[in-house]
Amino acid sequence: MNHFLTTEDIERADLDSLLGEAQEFVDVLGRPIPKVPALRGKTVATMFFEPSTRTKLSFEKAAKALSADTMSFSPGTSALTKGESLKDTVQTIRAMGVDLMVVRHKATGAAWRIAEWLDIPIVNGGDGAHQHPTQALLDCLTLQQRFGALDGVRIAIVGDIRHSRVARSDIFAFTTLGAEVTLVGPRTLLPSDLEGWPVRATEHFDEVLEELDAVYLLRVQAERGGTSVFPSLPEYVRRYGLTRERYARLKPDAAILHPGPMNRGVEIADAVADSPRSLVLNQVTNGVAVRMAVLFRLLGGDHDV
Amino acid sequence: MGPNESRRVLDAGDIGRATRRIAHEILEQNRGSSDLFLIGIHTRGAPLATRLGEAIEEIEGKAVPVGCLDIGLYRDDLDLRPKTRIGKTEVPEDLDDATVVLVDDVLFTGRTIRAALDALSDLGRPARVQLAALVDRGHRELPIRADFVGKNLPTSHDERVTVRLSETDDDEGVWIERGGTA
Amino acid sequence: MSDVVLTGGTVLTPQGPEDGDVRIAAGAVAEIGTNLDGAAVIDCSGTWIGPGFVDLHTHLREPGHEWKEDIGSGSAAAAAGGYTAVVAMPNTDPPTDAGHLARYIADRGRRTGLVEVVPAGTVSLGRQGEKLAHLDELSDAGVTVFTDDGDVVADAGLMRQALDYLAGRDGIVAQHAVDTGLSRGGSMHEGAVSSRLGMYGIPAAAETVIIARDLELVELTGGRYHVQHVSTAGAVAMIAEAKGRGLRVTAEVTPHHLMFDDTALRAADPTYKMMPPLRSSEDRSALVSGLQSGVIDAVATDHAPHAAHETDVPFEHAPNGVIGLEWAAAVVNTIAGLDMVAFFDRMAEAPARIAGIAGHGARVAPGIPANLVVFDPSVEWVPSDTVSQSTNAPYFGVPLQGRALVTIFRGEVTARTGSVPTEVS
Repeated sequence: MNHFLTTEDIERADLDSLLGEAQEFVDVLGRPIPKVPALRGKTVATMFFEPSTRTKLSFEKAAKALSADTMSFSPGTSALTKGESLKDTVQTIRAMGVDLMVVRHKATGAAWRIAEWLDIPIVNGGDGAHQHPTQALLDCLTLQQRFGALDGVRIAIVGDIRHSRVARSDIFAFTTLGAEVTLVGPRTLLPSDLEGWPVRATEHFDEVLEELDAVYLLRVQAERGGTSVFPSLPEYVRRYGLTRERYARLKPDAAILHPGPMNRGVEIADAVADSPRSLVLNQVTNGVAVRMAVLFRLLGGDHDV
Repeated sequence: MGPNESRRVLDAGDIGRATRRIAHEILEQNRGSSDLFLIGIHTRGAPLATRLGEAIEEIEGKAVPVGCLDIGLYRDDLDLRPKTRIGKTEVPEDLDDATVVLVDDVLFTGRTIRAALDALSDLGRPARVQLAALVDRGHRELPIRADFVGKNLPTSHDERVTVRLSETDDDEGVWIERGGTA
Repeated sequence: MSDVVLTGGTVLTPQGPEDGDVRIAAGAVAEIGTNLDGAAVIDCSGTWIGPGFVDLHTHLREPGHEWKEDIGSGSAAAAAGGYTAVVAMPNTDPPTDAGHLARYIADRGRRTGLVEVVPAGTVSLGRQGEKLAHLDELSDAGVTVFTDDGDVVADAGLMRQALDYLAGRDGIVAQHAVDTGLSRGGSMHEGAVSSRLGMYGIPAAAETVIIARDLELVELTGGRYHVQHVSTAGAVAMIAEAKGRGLRVTAEVTPHHLMFDDTALRAADPTYKMMPPLRSSEDRSALVSGLQSGVIDAVATDHAPHAAHETDVPFEHAPNGVIGLEWAAAVVNTIAGLDMVAFFDRMAEAPARIAGIAGHGARVAPGIPANLVVFDPSVEWVPSDTVSQSTNAPYFGVPLQGRALVTIFRGEVTARTGSVPTEVS
């Protein structure tokens, strides 16, 4: 593995071993000294052209826990606003002596292009609505900690899947691990063409609710790019929100996940967000561990076995 | 011995005898087994540590805690090695003030032991650390020595020492092979 | 100018393909026969000899965007690809919306002397889409093709006026059929690939709604209408139906739409970003069949140069278009399997007829101006470089069959196997 850009083509064996290593890093993070010297002397640059606090902090924490140095780039204060091209920006940062770049960008495929331009490993921290592969890793780890192997586990992804890079990454990772994935949302929020996707899709949340082992809720916005994608938020909550009433009808051991930040009262009821079945905080902790696993995989060692 | 020829220098019986002798030496040096911890270094140090634990229990009549350590995150030569997978690190109880005996199969440059000492210091503060190695093949690059040795095997640098144990391989013994470094 | 003799080829004469030699003298075809002799003899065995190709859709980028291409380098690329005439798109800066600008471009082409540069004019003033351009001046300056290419003529009223007015002057309105509302925010075909990438797509309907509307206006006005760069199966069907009803409709397809579909975009590579976008494999099949049957009259390159720094960006930010003059004939030969007669019809005769370009696209006969191409339909080769100023092409490294070996413009050899020996001015 030279880069970590997408979950679309990752083999099950690779995914399993990466998750196994991530679990070791969970243990490292639980020690009195939650730090190892594995990447000492290496510099990891987080290039977030799209704003993000949590993912950026998570990557930085992961790098530091491996004893790497970090460098952080954000668009507001940079020459990019003076018209410097993306290619020039990343090449300049690379020339400062950076060993790996984590990139988040609004344009689909930005990480792919940067991987073509530079000679260092690139980690995709989110490109457009396409992929956010480390999110998928931490979601898989969280689900595995809860259910063991995911074969046959029924997971519903609910919400604005059409515009979600989290959903796309999760779909391919979950199904690679053998889970059964159902997409739930109004037609305007489901991907326009589902041919060849290894999933079921439905507009009727209530019809699948009671068979689910896990519910993965996506953040919902009523407007996207100036056009309304469904009539109103109350309408959305009525048909797709994980309300207290729906929560009560879920299997007693069903898990609830959300990539954050949550819109309490919209896709998830306030009380449900804090319920014991919610694995949201585990997701956050696991996020640092999976990012450590990815960084170690890409930088810890000179060549592939 | 011709190029890439290998000869077995220890067989299963030799390993068994060496293990029992080391168990006795550990107990003698430490005046018994109280506060004693055995920690095997992945990969083959771990089953050796388990065997030593069993031998000590046979002799003393009481069990000794056995753990394992993966040093993949502490190597100083990561850039020179192929990418490795991380193995399990399991240290059963509080290490503080204990006597830890690190167990490894082959002692060579000493770098593995240095990494193990770093890893150990992140896990706790033992009172003392000792080292038991099944084979010492010389060529130290750091000031490290084993307290307990199964067999001293002088080798040349271009020879390769291979240990196989029934827990991890389908044979048992120690081989020297010309034409490789290990 | 000395005699040039092309020997041993198959010549497209008014009676059809005939094996023979062609002698060229004083800028014209002097005779067709066998065992001809002359000062310069070029062995053309195994090749097709026919009218030099005519491109209905080239962006020469001059005036205004000369960092991408200019009339000199664009002419060289055209000659290298076997072309002797190109229609230069008017989305320059300033746009070709008045007579003097058309005359400037034609003059620049003349002084470069490698191909006939026929300027197209805009439909609307400044390409703003609001008022008609100076259609009368442009017409007087020799413009026959009118288009706001790059943008669609969105206002039906304006389109109706243009069709009406130009019908009287035998001009043709060429439409860039992409509905703005349906294509807003999209940068690739709306389909399986855009769905996987999470990108906004442009549905096939964006093309067909415009054509459907325009065909009504063609019927209303009796004007001449040309569909640029057809990309959908739906459009091909509509064009066939309109022709069947007797409407004066013609259509073109690009080499890249014949060769690629949206699976080329799986890695969001800007090399394959075009407008209209590459569409589904079903659409591509319909385009190939449409060209074979003649529903699509002509191949047009939509040669669209962009500088490297402009295309070395994430997909959504990249400009649309690829260059294609040097490889169009090869691509058409590789993909569409046309016989010699159909090949020259789509590549030369039909485009010349649609744009009303005299002296080009004519079958080889004594007396016609010597604007010819020698095309080898069996040679296999792999493109690796270009004489254009820009390099944004999807064909590098792609094995092709067929190549223009000799291009002759007004009796002079302008290109040999892709290289242009004449100094470009």
